[in-house]
Amino acid sequence: MQEDPACLPVIVKLPAALVRLFPEASRQVEIPASVATVGDAIDALDRRWPGMRDRICDTTPSIRRHMNVFVSGERATLETRLAPGAEVVVLTAISGG
Amino acid sequence: MTNKVLILVGTKKGAFVLESDAARQSWELRGPYCETWPMNHVIADPATGTILAGGGSEWFGPAVWKSGDLGATWTHSSAGLAYPEGEAPIKAVWSLAKSGASLYAGVDPAGLFRSDDGGETWSHLAGLRNHPSRPHWNPGGAGLILHSLLPHPDDDRRLWVGISAAGVFHTADSGETWETRNRGTRADFMPEDQRYPEFGQCVHCLVMAAGMPDRLYQQNHCGMYRSDDGGRHWTSIEAGLPSSFGFPAAAHPRDPSTLYLLPLNGDSAGRYVPDGKAAVWRTRDGGETWKDLRTGLPQGNTYFGVLRQAMATDRLEPAGVYFGTSTGSLYASADEGDSWTCVAQHLPTVLSVETMVVEA
Repeated sequence: MQEDPACLPVIVKLPAALVRLFPEASRQVEIPASVATVGDAIDALDRRWPGMRDRICDTTPSIRRHMNVFVSGERATLETRLAPGAEVVVLTAISGG
Repeated sequence: MTNKVLILVGTKKGAFVLESDAARQSWELRGPYCETWPMNHVIADPATGTILAGGGSEWFGPAVWKSGDLGATWTHSSAGLAYPEGEAPIKAVWSLAKSGASLYAGVDPAGLFRSDDGGETWSHLAGLRNHPSRPHWNPGGAGLILHSLLPHPDDDRRLWVGISAAGVFHTADSGETWETRNRGTRADFMPEDQRYPEFGQCVHCLVMAAGMPDRLYQQNHCGMYRSDDGGRHWTSIEAGLPSSFGFPAAAHPRDPSTLYLLPLNGDSAGRYVPDGKAAVWRTRDGGETWKDLRTGLPQGNTYFGVLRQAMATDRLEPAGVYFGTSTGSLYASADEGDSWTCVAQHLPTVLSVETMVVEA
């Protein structure tokens, strides 16, 4: 029997520099398909690893200036909708000196 | 009995710890810690032996890091370290101070937070940003930063803060209400008839005299000052110094009349040590007279600066004095500044220096 596509989990890929801040976290995370937006997905990460939202988002609230989130290859905001099975890629942008 | 002395160093790329015994002749360097985040201020909580580091990452934002084992392992938190939605978010923690059971954090953009659980969670003390002067605060070169935090040692309702470039403020009610404390300090960057405003001065560093909580010293962008009434009135103490510009100040651990400064050559002259020769300047009489301390410090071709939180004393007898440079060197004196040794080189830019004495 095939899995119902509507139930496919959202896959979130996290950058190594972020995962180092949360020793229990892993680079690839599955989140139930019930999350509707990127913001919901980040909230789900924060429930799993308290404090992770603050590392990805500021209190505007928006994705931090030097963090990038891509959904299906497109740059996303907290409001970007997520289809079941979507792939969310969190990346550290070019920064520093 | 003193078992070891730690120098806690915040740098542009992480926190470092140097460790020695009470003789303070040889030092061992550890780090970088805090995932190489810029760490603006690293302090010790002497009551618990905890090291706390405040900073902020361009990627991941502000946080206070904490180590209960002298740097071996660290945790971090920014829970509650936030302004309301819609306001400019906090970029970094700039200063930390312990007062009784509370921990204070000053941040960029300027504001004050308190933690009553050792830095796990934070609450905004909104009274400071509700001060009527707030709409007129302007950032200094490093941003609109709350960089100096001086809790009163005997009255935990009283606290002084220094904000660049808003000036000095004091609260007597645990941060509910604040008064400006800038009378007598100059703002040379203002038109000639507005150089002594109520607020808006560019305070660089504020320190408290040992055993005299109402005696404060400040290094300002425009001069060096002493106050003997908790900052209500400030008197210039810059006569006898090679310039009126500098960043750090460090108070002696026991003598309220001894202060260390490290004047730089001027705000538009490069901001390095005057004539390319390094010197710490010490007063033993509250700023009436000054002596330059150069033994062991480079006396030629030297173009470093020392930032506002990058000089400190320890509490041993004789007192140790320490400073870290913009070029990543760390200098130490175990004899109250009379002679100096370079104890680390090639570190990232040093942003803060503090000390911790661990008893056996």
